[in-house]
Amino acid sequence: MSVDLSQFIPSFLEESFEGLELMETGLLDLQPGDNETIHSIFRAAHSIKGGAGTFGFDNVTEFTHLVETLLDEMRDGRREITNKDTEILLESVDCMRLLIESARDDSEYDHDKVAKTSIRLSETLGCEPATGSNSSSKNGAQSNEVNHTSGFSIKFIPEHSLAKTGNDPIFLFSALAELGELTICANTQDLPGLMDIDAQELYLNWQLTLYTKVAETEIKEVFEWVEDECLLELVPIKEAADINQALIQNNESVCKKEEPTTVNKVKNQPSIGTADAPNNLNDTNNEVDEDKSKTTKSKSKSKSDVGSIRVGVDKVDSLINLVGELVITQSMLSELGNDFEMDKVERLTSGLEQLLQNTKELQESVMRIRMLPISFAFNRFPRLVHDLAIKTGKEMELVIKGEQTELDKTVMEQIGDPLVHLVRNAADHGIEIGEVRIANGKPEKGTISLDAYHQGGNIVIEINDDGAGINRQTVLAKAVDKGLIDSNATLTDSQVYDLLFEPGFSTAAEVTDISGRGVGMDVVKRNIQALGGRIQVESTLGKGSSFKVNLPLTLAILDGQLVKVGTETYIIPLIAIVESLQIDNKLINRVSGDMVLYRLRDDNVPVLPIYQLFDLATQCTEIDNALLVVVEADGQKIGLMVDDLLAQQQVVIKSLKDNYQQVAGISGATILGDGSVAMILDIPGIIHMALEQAQRAQQVKNVGNINAATELCL
Amino acid sequence: MNIQAMAQDIPVEGEHVIEGVDFITSGDQYLTFLLAQEQYAVDILCVEEIRSWEQPTKIPNAPAYIKGVINMRGIIVPIVDLRLKFSIGEASYLETTVVIVLTYQSEESSRTIGFVVDAVSDVLNVDSVDIKPAPAFGGCVGQQYIDGLINSENKVVTILNVAHLQEVEKHRLHS
Repeated sequence: MSVDLSQFIPSFLEESFEGLELMETGLLDLQPGDNETIHSIFRAAHSIKGGAGTFGFDNVTEFTHLVETLLDEMRDGRREITNKDTEILLESVDCMRLLIESARDDSEYDHDKVAKTSIRLSETLGCEPATGSNSSSKNGAQSNEVNHTSGFSIKFIPEHSLAKTGNDPIFLFSALAELGELTICANTQDLPGLMDIDAQELYLNWQLTLYTKVAETEIKEVFEWVEDECLLELVPIKEAADINQALIQNNESVCKKEEPTTVNKVKNQPSIGTADAPNNLNDTNNEVDEDKSKTTKSKSKSKSDVGSIRVGVDKVDSLINLVGELVITQSMLSELGNDFEMDKVERLTSGLEQLLQNTKELQESVMRIRMLPISFAFNRFPRLVHDLAIKTGKEMELVIKGEQTELDKTVMEQIGDPLVHLVRNAADHGIEIGEVRIANGKPEKGTISLDAYHQGGNIVIEINDDGAGINRQTVLAKAVDKGLIDSNATLTDSQVYDLLFEPGFSTAAEVTDISGRGVGMDVVKRNIQALGGRIQVESTLGKGSSFKVNLPLTLAILDGQLVKVGTETYIIPLIAIVESLQIDNKLINRVSGDMVLYRLRDDNVPVLPIYQLFDLATQCTEIDNALLVVVEADGQKIGLMVDDLLAQQQVVIKSLKDNYQQVAGISGATILGDGSVAMILDIPGIIHMALEQAQRAQQVKNVGNINAATELCL
Repeated sequence: MNIQAMAQDIPVEGEHVIEGVDFITSGDQYLTFLLAQEQYAVDILCVEEIRSWEQPTKIPNAPAYIKGVINMRGIIVPIVDLRLKFSIGEASYLETTVVIVLTYQSEESSRTIGFVVDAVSDVLNVDSVDIKPAPAFGGCVGQQYIDGLINSENKVVTILNVAHLQEVEKHRLHS
């Protein structure tokens, strides 16, 4: 019977995070009088609160309750929407996120921050006492009452029809008994004669005395479900005398302590239909609760790292359509195969063509499932810019374009942080303060724009600002200062901008808590490169800067150049290739013994024959007129000597680690059209390998030299 | 509830015992194969499939006994030549040369590796009491790979430990 609630926790968490995002966006756009937005924010908060309650995340429920109360006041128009309130609400959203994250990871959260925010919320709520703060600022109310009250005298007169609605006073009483010491006294005055009793009516009323420290609201909560069907009077018992009095009253009243139970039994038996049903329900609820508390901890942890994707129904539908077509093609082909004759070849070819079409479309649709609109990554930026504007005291706005551009989920998750960094930089270093902007003839409000679009097989994300731009001279001076370049060096603009990505490089005059420490841009570049992407900088002094991030659409598929070495086929990622050329004899230089350099315009590119590196047998060992694929990684160019250049094609990356292990110089494998396996070259890895090899060779030589020298001495 | 008790009485498909046919054999089943003239065996539950030999794609700088990788229905499967690994017989690739693809499921992961052997011979039913420890008298198969020996008619079959076979020794570049 019991339902394992913990299985729904991941979806609750996911929905909550979505809800938080919704609240955040809503709050940022919130204008006074915009009821629709407040409603949607309120709804999001409300469902988070409800969900958290169901799953027993009490701290989330409590906190969200405060937020909800504030929102409720705004919604009902009892409270003006001020900037201050919005700020507090935004802060609360952060806290809710903290709390939910801690519930997810089963970890600790920043108690101080949450406590501070909840105090601020309570204060905000409290400053308008007319708006019924007694239910909202629970903490305050509680502490007050704890000092003065030791209990309540409760008069509970239910309507006769109470039992019909499935409510049983016994449950109410047992709930009350959990809150403190409870004395129950039933009043049987209204009980009609035995002949007149309607078994489904409730004729009793009760006088209860509860000695407890809990707040009035909590007691009211117990009666929440029957509120409308009874007369309820709560009188706090303030002093010892009162308690005694109450006790005396109780003793004097018509009934004795034992009686209510017996009376209740009488009432219970005839009304089995009404009373038993909730009884069962309650039991199951308890079971569920216990179950949940047992499993939450273990499960929530193990599940948190398994990501899930929400897929639009249209995408799934198109998949189903395609599978349907595939099935039709398959049955057509198998029928054709049953009694095949040569004159049916034409139908066979067309059938196979159809199959090819189906498979391609199917592949595309499946890939599309992993694609999410980039708005998932962009969503956090309005808030970020809003906060940065306050922190820096500059006025700025964020313009987002192309948020529907789709991107692979994995890429999206990993590009978030680098983008945050770039936007922070734009806000902190790029945009000037208002006066300077006006003096420069620009509008006072700075603009940062985020734009995403497809270009070829890549996605391009542009971060533009209309700020000060990058000062070439400052960068150069700093680089010379840091010893990164020679003071006489002449650098192109792009080389200068590349300096920005050097570790520890910052041109900011002073370090702020937003940026300027010079940590970060190198990380940004590294992260982007790890995703197989690259970053370009353009800037005009006084007009603004533009950072262009180029990313592959997906990590699972790669554009590759197939090359042949000996009998083996290798794949070089297209993004790493600078150019492919036939070696011109005249441009080969041999330096320091056996190092082969190829002059490519101004650069000297070391030549690395793959057959040597991978120890393969091949006939093409002659360097003259051989084919050279010049690749670049980490700013280092290298020429890979190959036997032959084959086709360019998209390949699906498969890991070697699953069944084997990581192989130096190889980033993975793929399956080619003929079913054979081909290795994908890992360019940074190969450069690293070549360096190691060279070092080893040098050591051997040095040892040889020393040996020769010692021999000479002898 | 009674229903559960009743459910237990309902015979499950496959549990029927047909007289004269030995459906449920006692003990475990092992697949035996040949390396040169010697007989070896692996737990049959680990066997994914038996394939004929095909030239795999080389893995750069891998040890000689790792012949490369093949594509098995979209999975990249490394191929280990057991004859080279254990230095038994000659590594010749004939028509009878087969690849036994073994999958071993450990707690964290599962691994699929193909092993080249000279021929597949039989399936043995072995009671665990019949497995005798292997004497530690050298030989070219490392002791950790051997689970025990069984007598099959007048021959001795060596049972190999699949978990250990699946462990690819970390080999360094140019080792």
